[in-house]
Amino acid sequence: MLQGPVIILAAFAYLGLLFAIAFYADKRADAGRPVIANAYVYSLSLAVYATAWTFYGSVGRAASDGVGFLPIYIGPTLMIALWWVVMRKILRISKQNRITSLADFVASRYGKSAAIGGLVTVIAVIGILPYISLQLKAVSASFEILVQYPSITMPEPDGTLHIFFNDTPFWIALILAAFTIAFGTRHLDAAEHHQGMVAAIAFESLVKLLAFLAVGVFVTFGLYNGFGDLFGRAAAEPRLAAMLTPLEGVAGGYASWVWLTILSMMAIMFLPRQFQVTVIENLDERHLSKAIWLFPLYMLAINVFVLPIAFGGLLHLPAGVDADTFVLTLPMAEKQEALALLVFIGGLSAATGMVIVETIALSTMVCNDLLMPVLLRMKRLRLNEQPDLTGLLLGIRRGAIVLILLLGYLYFKLAGEAYALVSIGLISFAAVAQFAPVVLGGIFWKGGTRRGAIAALLAGFAVWFYTLLLPALARSGWLPLGLLEHGPFGIELLKPLALFGLSGLDQITHAMIWSMIANIGAYVGVSLSAAPSAEEHRQASVFVDVFRQSPETGGARFWRGTASAPDLYNVLARFIGSAGAEESFREYAASRGLRWPQDRLEADAALVHHAERQLAGALGAASARVMIASVVKEEALSIGEVREILDEASQVVLYSHRLEQKSRELEAATAELRGANERLTELDRLKDDFVSTITHELRTPLTSIRAFTQILLENPDVEQEQRARFLGIITKETERLTRLINQVLDLSRIESGRAEWHESSVDMREVVADTVTGMSRVFEERNISVEVSLPEGVQRVKADVDRMIQVMLNLLSNAAKFCRGRIEIALSEQAGALRVDVRDNGPGIDPADQKVVFDKFRQASDSLAAKPQGSGLGLHISRQIVEHFGGRMWVESAPGHGACFSFTLPT
Amino acid sequence: MNDETKAQRFVALCMLGLVLFNFPILALFNVPGTLLGVPVLYAYLFIAWAALIALMALVANR
Repeated sequence: MLQGPVIILAAFAYLGLLFAIAFYADKRADAGRPVIANAYVYSLSLAVYATAWTFYGSVGRAASDGVGFLPIYIGPTLMIALWWVVMRKILRISKQNRITSLADFVASRYGKSAAIGGLVTVIAVIGILPYISLQLKAVSASFEILVQYPSITMPEPDGTLHIFFNDTPFWIALILAAFTIAFGTRHLDAAEHHQGMVAAIAFESLVKLLAFLAVGVFVTFGLYNGFGDLFGRAAAEPRLAAMLTPLEGVAGGYASWVWLTILSMMAIMFLPRQFQVTVIENLDERHLSKAIWLFPLYMLAINVFVLPIAFGGLLHLPAGVDADTFVLTLPMAEKQEALALLVFIGGLSAATGMVIVETIALSTMVCNDLLMPVLLRMKRLRLNEQPDLTGLLLGIRRGAIVLILLLGYLYFKLAGEAYALVSIGLISFAAVAQFAPVVLGGIFWKGGTRRGAIAALLAGFAVWFYTLLLPALARSGWLPLGLLEHGPFGIELLKPLALFGLSGLDQITHAMIWSMIANIGAYVGVSLSAAPSAEEHRQASVFVDVFRQSPETGGARFWRGTASAPDLYNVLARFIGSAGAEESFREYAASRGLRWPQDRLEADAALVHHAERQLAGALGAASARVMIASVVKEEALSIGEVREILDEASQVVLYSHRLEQKSRELEAATAELRGANERLTELDRLKDDFVSTITHELRTPLTSIRAFTQILLENPDVEQEQRARFLGIITKETERLTRLINQVLDLSRIESGRAEWHESSVDMREVVADTVTGMSRVFEERNISVEVSLPEGVQRVKADVDRMIQVMLNLLSNAAKFCRGRIEIALSEQAGALRVDVRDNGPGIDPADQKVVFDKFRQASDSLAAKPQGSGLGLHISRQIVEHFGGRMWVESAPGHGACFSFTLPT
Repeated sequence: MNDETKAQRFVALCMLGLVLFNFPILALFNVPGTLLGVPVLYAYLFIAWAALIALMALVANR
């Protein structure tokens, strides 16, 4: 079934499906309901990092180096751990300045310089060509091998240029170009968002992962019995056994491992396509925190089966089969047609995903940062007078896409066929690593200047070109090999693969060491040697201090000049279309509380800045600057003035920090005062309660005394018996009055701290015994049996004997009042404390009342039908006394089962 | 947890990774022998990698 037409049909059906997904996502985006606005799609789109290199090349690398393929994925994991610090800052800067590409970012940082933007673009395009050629090679090789099914034959490199139209990679390049144009340049988005493309890329990431896992599972568990079996058989083969502890044998050993890690740490940030999906296509900064672990997890998953497939291929397939094709040839050798086709589609996913995003990113750079600044400066073209330039912008991008893919094809023909996939890709990694110093330096160090950045990029690129690209061309026979063996003009010190005599390293490590020395050295050296211009100074501050600014004032405060609103509108309309311009002006007006076009807009610094930001979204910072400058009369600020503004701003920030501090202190003081006031109010309320309660308590006995004395006074002939009863009541009530007054006086002494305490060493057993004896008459009267348990040798406590007797009396008379004929008193020792329990078998206390019985004038009133006797102060005073000696008093009770009042005193 | 603490935790994780996947720790595992049938170095790399990702997820979700 696997004939050419079937494979081609499957490939086109797959591309059609991708297009449908993209179309759907774009429609949803237009309707304001984006499908890609979540962290999972964002993470999957980052997986565009895994290209045909990963899909086919990792196995090839593993088959010769063992774990040598892993730094390419571990490095990014380490870098992503830093994303919270680095990428969040880049994201914020890019959103505030409407950055459209990596070149735009660098140009914008170094004074919106068109020269830097152009330089970055050139380096990126040349540097990425090998990488694109790798994808073309992988897709065409996989196609040519699959067509031969069921035989497994390796395609022969023909090394010729003249048979374009019979050449598979040529057609693949053209088809991919057409596809990319359809994807990425259907219309011009002011924010450079390609939501449809992102949706399709996320889908492709799923497909390639599933395809690779399918092969992995098939090899590991279908051909062999799991990992152990597979590795066991590999260890049994002498030619493979050496690869199982592989780090010593490989060229460069650990040094190579480390440099590959560093290289891929930079690649994950600065490959144009990674910058595109991570920064430009990002819809929400918060998606980052999920992607920080989801994306590394994806890389882990797609790498688990690389080694099993590599060893499976080495064990299973005849010698002569290229290890880069094991993923495909293993299923073919086992006659698994469906799996082989799935692998082909998976590889196609990996390659097309990379090519689409990479060429869109590069074409944006070529258009915005290379061609437009030049075209806009050419007065003869009169571009400034064209009413609508969106067509021109799209045309340039489409042309750039075709050109980049054809250049990739050319590189494949010139140099790619002789190299393994991973070696080709690493050349591109080394190229984009040259952006690391200027970008990372640019966001953390204000001192980096435009000249420094240009010097760094030129120096790094030159060394890369000399030590990596020249050798690649020479090896393929396009330059004399003598250049590599003896150096240019026979100068041994300048040999591209052992520059200045540095040898013994692998090619990538060697190139990275020299290019980074040149790059960073030039950046720091040149930056420090001359002062920056006003524009550079201000952009440096906009980038480095991004978290300390509001987006609108970020750039506007530096501008001074005259402009007119209609001029600005016309410029905008020319580049983003009149609909976009209208929308943008309306938004701006709304943010100022105005209505446009009814209200006139002031063409002040804020409006100019707004227009420039909008334009930068479509054109890039450098071109936008040129365009805005063409319609406004700007007064250049001197470096001194910029400094002044910056200093002023930092002064303001400082003052506002101090102000915040002061207001925080003030708030704290206010809260304290409020608390004190609340406490006072509460005390006042308590005092009022107290007075009213006590008056009430005094009046009750007084009333009855007055009533009975009046009866006796007015009726002298009351019977003797009656008279005695009345006098008894009067005596009792006066006693109650006396007790109440004594307790109130006592309480006020205790609470005000004027009470006298005679502290001594007290034996609580004596206290308990004395109290019980003192109350024995009461108990006898009421027929109460008292059980006392006083263990020998309990420790003495520090307390006041009289006060302790007062407490015990209180508890016992309380118990006597409520009990039903039985009271138990127990003394026991606890850790560091003496405990006294007084238990009665009365009606018990309701849980709600248990909390309040110790409060002043509170009694468990509903436990008896009538109001119980007593002032309601006894328990309160007792607790105060116990607490005075460092103890605790509480009650435990269940209604119907009596109550147990307990207290402790520290020994 | 504020952004500053989170940033410091991530930087520490990166440092941890740099140590785990570098000489000389790597050399300790670059020896013959197997763990559940998988060569020690391979097993170490994948387990350490997975652990690092788990820690990153932990810090990210705090």
